[in-house]
Amino acid sequence: MIHLLEVHQLKISEASTGKVIVHDGSFQLKQGSCLAIVGESGSGKSVTCRAIMRLNKPWLRQTGRILFKGENINALPEKEMRKRRGKNLCMILQNGMGAFDPSSVIGVHLKETLSEHFGWSNHEIAEKMKKAMESVMLKNPSEVLNKYPHQLSGGMLQRIMIALALVLEPDLIIADEPTTALDTISQYEVLEQLIQLRERLGVAMIFVSHDLGVVKRVADDVLVMKAGKIVERGEMQTIFLAPRHPYTKYLVSTKLALSNHFRRLMEENSVAES
Amino acid sequence: MLKVDCVEKAYKKGGLFSKERQQVLNNVSFTCDYGECLGIIGESGSGKSTLGRLILGMEKADRGTVLFEGGKVTDRRVRSGKLSAVFQDYTSSINPFFTVEKALMEPWNVRGIARREAQEKMDSLLDQVGLTPSYRKKYPHELSGGEIQRVCIARAISTQPKCLLLDEAISSLDVSVQLQVLDLLIKLKKIYGMSYIFITHDIQAAAYICDRVLIFRNGRIEEIIETSRLKDVKSDYAKKLLRMLITF
Repeated sequence: MIHLLEVHQLKISEASTGKVIVHDGSFQLKQGSCLAIVGESGSGKSVTCRAIMRLNKPWLRQTGRILFKGENINALPEKEMRKRRGKNLCMILQNGMGAFDPSSVIGVHLKETLSEHFGWSNHEIAEKMKKAMESVMLKNPSEVLNKYPHQLSGGMLQRIMIALALVLEPDLIIADEPTTALDTISQYEVLEQLIQLRERLGVAMIFVSHDLGVVKRVADDVLVMKAGKIVERGEMQTIFLAPRHPYTKYLVSTKLALSNHFRRLMEENSVAES
Repeated sequence: MLKVDCVEKAYKKGGLFSKERQQVLNNVSFTCDYGECLGIIGESGSGKSTLGRLILGMEKADRGTVLFEGGKVTDRRVRSGKLSAVFQDYTSSINPFFTVEKALMEPWNVRGIARREAQEKMDSLLDQVGLTPSYRKKYPHELSGGEIQRVCIARAISTQPKCLLLDEAISSLDVSVQLQVLDLLIKLKKIYGMSYIFITHDIQAAAYICDRVLIFRNGRIEEIIETSRLKDVKSDYAKKLLRMLITF
C-alpha cells in the first residue's frame, strides 16, 4: 500500500545554537487514516506539524525527507509550496483568533484563499462557503461572513476553519490542538464535525492533542512524543490498553485517574448514557 | 463565609457612545462555607470569570452584594490577606523581571512581615507546592507552565487566606500536569483548611476536587448540586453538559 505521507529522519534544530528540537522522527500516514500525535507541551508536536507544512520560523532548520504523494516537499521551492498549502495540505489551528486576519471580515479572508487556489468568482465562493458552513452547523452563514474574528467565539472560528477545509477538499488535514481552547460543549461539536469531515471527504488526518479522551475518539494510530523523540507508536487500541513505554503508561494513568473518579460519581443509571 | 446575594452586572456593548448594555450576570445568589470547595462550571462567555472578579472585589456589581465574613468585599480591609486568587494565564501572572523569590516576597512585603521571617517561611512554602529551594533564583521564563502555576499557588497561599479563588487555573496545562496540580490543591486544603472557589469549564476536574458544583449558563445559575449527586442533575442544560463530555 502506498503511503500518502512519509516522513523520513525529520530533524529540526535551532539554526543559531544547533539545539535539536525534534530528533530524527520518521512516520508514515496511509490514505484516509488518522494519526494522532500526543505528548506534553514542549514535546515537539506542533513543530513537527509545522515542519510538514514548512511553516516553521526561519531560525529553525529542518532536514530530512517529507514525501507527500511520493514528492519530497521539503525540497520544493517556496512558490511551489504555497500552491500545496491549503489545496493539498490544510491546517486547522488551535487559536482561532490568531488564524484569521483581524483587520478584515471573515468573508474577505476566505475569498482571498479560495480565489487564489481555484479562481472562482465571488458568487461561486459565497455559494460554496454557505453550503459548507451550514453543514458544520453554523447558522446564518452570510451574517457570519460579514463579521470580524473578534466578534465570534473560539468554537465558531474553529468551525469556519473546518468549513473552509470542506470547500478546499485537501488530501491531508493537519489539526493542531483543535479542541484544546474550547469548552466542553463546543469541544464536542467541533470534534463531531472533524469526524464527519473525515467521513465525507475520506481525507487523511494528523491530529495533535494532549487530551487522550479526544484522541481516543478520532484516531486510528497513535504516536507518543516526549522531548522531541517518538517514544511509542502503534494502533490506538493497543497503545491505550497496553502501553509499553513508561511515559505512555504515565499519560494514560493520569487521564484514567480523572475520568475514573468521574465515572464512579456517574455510576448507576448515569445520564451520560441515557 | 462568602455570601453572594442577588448580584447583577452589565457591560457596555458596541461603540463608545452606545447605550446598549449586555447583561452578564443575572440575579446570582449562593453561599460558600469555611473549608468548602465550590466549583463554578460554565461554557465560555457564560459570565463565570466576571463572577470571579466580583467575588474578588476587583469589580463592583450593579446590584446586589458580595459579603465576605460579613463585610463588603469591595472594601480592601475585608479581603486583605484573606482572599487570594490564581488565574489561567500563567505567563502574565508573575512580573517577568521578578525571580520566584521576589514574586513570593510581594504579599509579605505588603503585609509588613520581616524579611528574615519571610525567608524562613519561603523554603517550607516552596516545599509544600512541590518545588525545591533551588527555584528561588529562577525567572518565570525558565519555568514550565505547571511550575509557574505552582509558584502562583504558593504566592496565593503565602498569607494563609481563608478562601482561594482559582479561575481556570489548570485549563491551559497538560492533562498529566493538571492532575498533579489538582492533587496539590487537595493536599494544601488538608494543611490550611481553606475553602476553594474553582472556576472551570472542565467538569471532570471540578468533580475531582469539589464538594459542590454550581452550573452556570448565560449569567444565571442553572443548578447547584453536590458532586456526589452529580448524576441526578435536573436541568436540561446540565444533562446536556454531562452527555457531551468526552470521557476516556
